[in-house]
Amino acid sequence: MSSREEITAGLAEILEEVAGVSPADVAESKSFTEDLDVDSLSMVEVVVAAEEKFGVKIPDEEVQNLKTVGDAVSFIAKNS
Amino acid sequence: MTGSRIISLGHYQPSRVLTNDDLAQMVDTNDAWIRDRVGIASRRIASGEETVADMAAAAAEKALAGSGLTATDIDLVVVATCSSVDRCPNVATRVAHRLGIQAPGAYDLNTACSGFSYALATVDHAIAAGASRNAIVIGAEKLSDVVDWTDRSTAIIFGDGAGAAVVTANDGDEPTGVGPVIWGSAPDKGDAVRIEGWRPYIQQEGQAVFRWATTALAPIALQACERAGVDPSEIAAFVSHQANSRIIDGIAKRLNMPNAVIAKDIVESGNTSAASVPLALSKLVERREVPSGAPVLLFGFGGGLTYAGQVVRCP
Repeated sequence: MSSREEITAGLAEILEEVAGVSPADVAESKSFTEDLDVDSLSMVEVVVAAEEKFGVKIPDEEVQNLKTVGDAVSFIAKNS
Repeated sequence: MTGSRIISLGHYQPSRVLTNDDLAQMVDTNDAWIRDRVGIASRRIASGEETVADMAAAAAEKALAGSGLTATDIDLVVVATCSSVDRCPNVATRVAHRLGIQAPGAYDLNTACSGFSYALATVDHAIAAGASRNAIVIGAEKLSDVVDWTDRSTAIIFGDGAGAAVVTANDGDEPTGVGPVIWGSAPDKGDAVRIEGWRPYIQQEGQAVFRWATTALAPIALQACERAGVDPSEIAAFVSHQANSRIIDGIAKRLNMPNAVIAKDIVESGNTSAASVPLALSKLVERREVPSGAPVLLFGFGGGLTYAGQVVRCP
């Protein structure tokens, strides 16, 4: 079980690798699409990488509910 | 009997070019967005009168002309398509009639975007079983008939066209030209790509398809290499279904084929479903980008969801 800070840092690494997002821009309040410019297909790549990194299953129908980094952190914290 | 091989290829595309700028006049989209999301610059669209059979016959005619065979030599015609609106006669008999092929086995096959690899496999199997000596296998689509031109999520993706191959029985010592097929499906994900009802329109769940394609398919494509006894480093070209440039890149990255040309006909042809693999392969060979005899990994995937792939020797 990782802390929210650790999960956020892990997501920042993934976002940098998959979508070229600067880790300094990643915070729980940020929206993936609006603030971080992650498009719908890159979002899928982020989800797939997050599943691997955190050992969670994030179903297709859940992906659309993950609007912000904080949404993803909460889902991972609850399900990992 | 040592299996079959592809001896020639041919392709046909309608003359009308539909660019991203053209589409931006029809739906709320733009060139940069389309290039970034799907990697398409333009696609070809058939005229109102032009049918799937017309395009299939045009591609088959070219393939036959390059084969050194004549219509009388052909005993089997198989057409992969999911967009032919006519049910009967099927496309294969229409093609045979057009080309003057007198009495071939003739059937259509629908596994949507994976159709060409499925059709090629059934032809290879028919030849191995002694049911055919010389066959024409075709992928042909007129997807513009089933596109909702007011839906910007799908209208930007699809195009029309056809590709064909002449496949012949191997005699004696020639190396096997069509490797063992790896085929299958994910029926539980069938709703992710639909051309349903009447009048049918293509609809798809883009994220679900992208996820399946970029995660599930690379290991399956690797099995096709293994079954053919070819290491991925030996593959000279990777010709996958031209669904989306980012899917092609995602699969190719996981396959680790440092010496392979990665077919990207999607840039100028869009997604032509069952036609995309033979269309892209025929163009690569026409431009001499793959040496004769070199191993090429074909891999189709899409609606169903279905997939099929095999390693073939370049004609």
